[in-house]
Amino acid sequence: MWIEIVLFALLVITAVTIAGLNDLFAAAMLSGIFSLLCASLFTLMDAVDVAFTEAAVGAGISTVLMLGALSLTGNRENQQPLRLGPFVVVLLTGAVLIYGTLDMPAYGDPAAPIHQHVAPEYIAGATAEFGLPNIVTVVLGSYRGFDTLGETAVIFTAGVGVMALLLGRRKRRDGDEVETSGEGHGDAKS
Amino acid sequence: MEALGVWNYWVVVLLMMIGLYTVIARDHLVKKLIGLGVFQVSVIMFYVSMGKVTGGTAPIIPDEVPAEGILYSNPLPHVLMLTAIVVGVATLAVGLALVVRIREAYGTAEEDELQRMNGAQS
Amino acid sequence: MSSKPPMRMREKVLLRVASRVFIPLILLFALYVQFHGDFGPGGGFQAGVIFAAGFVLFGLIFGLETLQQVVPWSIVERSVALGLLIFGGVGVACLLRGGRFLDYGVLDHHSSMHGQHLGILIIELGVGLTVAATMLAIFYAMAGRERT
Repeated sequence: MWIEIVLFALLVITAVTIAGLNDLFAAAMLSGIFSLLCASLFTLMDAVDVAFTEAAVGAGISTVLMLGALSLTGNRENQQPLRLGPFVVVLLTGAVLIYGTLDMPAYGDPAAPIHQHVAPEYIAGATAEFGLPNIVTVVLGSYRGFDTLGETAVIFTAGVGVMALLLGRRKRRDGDEVETSGEGHGDAKS
Repeated sequence: MEALGVWNYWVVVLLMMIGLYTVIARDHLVKKLIGLGVFQVSVIMFYVSMGKVTGGTAPIIPDEVPAEGILYSNPLPHVLMLTAIVVGVATLAVGLALVVRIREAYGTAEEDELQRMNGAQS
Repeated sequence: MSSKPPMRMREKVLLRVASRVFIPLILLFALYVQFHGDFGPGGGFQAGVIFAAGFVLFGLIFGLETLQQVVPWSIVERSVALGLLIFGGVGVACLLRGGRFLDYGVLDHHSSMHGQHLGILIIELGVGLTVAATMLAIFYAMAGRERT
C-alpha cells in the first residue's frame, strides 16, 4: 500500500516535470523514467506481463524513437507560460472524471463486477482446457485470438505507415540529395 | 471512508489531466506526443488497477504446490493493456514520422508558428 | 564485425565493450521470453520488442550501416508482413483441418490440448516476428533520414 503511494507520488512528480520542461531531450529521457516507474507499479498490481512490456517498450524503444525524432526536429521548445484557458478546461474535465470515479468499486475489491463475469472462466479454463500456467498467454493467444490478430494487424499497418511517410521521398529524390548528405548516419545518433 | 477506496482512480485522473494539458497547451508537436504518452499510460494504469484483487497474485498458475484456492488478479485487463502498449508505441512512431515530415515541409514543429504560416498563405 | 564504426563512436571503448557483452545476452533473453511465454511472464509482444531493442542498441553503438549489413533491409521489410501472415495462416490452417478460425484444438490429431499448445506457440512466433521487424523498420526509417 505505502509503496504504491510513494510510486504514484513519484509518477505524478515526473509527469508534472515533463509537462513543464522546455528541453525536449530531457523530457524524452524523463518519459523513459516515467515508464519504468509505471512498470514497477504494474508489478505491484500483479500485472507482470504488462510491467514487462512497459519496461521494454517505454524505457527502451519509445525513448530511442523519441530521440531519433528530436534529432530530426530540434530539441528546444519555445518558452511558454501557464495557459489559463487549457488549464480551466483540464480542471473541469478532471473534476467531472473524479465525480465519475465515486461510483467505482474500491481498489482491490474482490467483489467488483469486473471479476465476476469472464475472468473466473478464463482462470479455470487455463488449467482444465489448456494445461498452460500463464493465464495471460492463454487468453491472449486462444480465448482472444481474434483480438490479438487485429492488434498485430494494427502494428503492421503502423509499420507500413512509417515506411510510407519516411522512406518514400528519399527514393524518388535519391539523385539530388546525395550531395547534402555529407554526415554519416551514425553521427546523428551519437 | 468508502470514497477513499478509489484513490487509485484519482491518481489516474490526475495523470490523465497532466497529459491532456500537455497535449492541448504546449506548442511543440513532439511535446504533444510525449503528453499523449502520459495520457495513454494513465489509461493503461486505470485498467490494470481495476484488475487488481487485494490478496491476489499474478495470474500464473504455480507448478507444484496445490494450485486450488489461490486468488488471482483479473488477467483480462492485463491481456488488453499488454497489446495496447505495443500498439501505442507503433502509433507513436507514426506520429513522430508525421512530425518529422511536417518539420521538413515547414521548417518548424511548433504549432503556433505552423498556424501562423497557414494563416499567412491563405 | 569487421567494418569500421563511425569515427566518434570508436573512441567510446567502454560503450563498445559493454555492448558487445550485453547484446548477445539481450537477444538470448528475447528468445527465452518468446518460447517460455506459455509458462512464465512473456510472449511474442515482449520478445519482439526486446529483440528489436538488442539490434537498436547495436545500431546506436556501431552505426546504422553496420546494422544494415547484419540485418538487411529486405529481411526486415519481409518479416513485417511474414509475421502477420503466419498468424493468419494458423487461422486458415485451422479452417482447413475442419475447425473454426483460430481454434487451435484441431491442429493435433490426438489431443486438442497439444493442438492448443502448438497453435499458441506458432501465433506467438508470428506476433514476435511482426513486432520485432516493425520496430526495426521504424528505427531504420527514423535513423536513416538526414536532418534538412
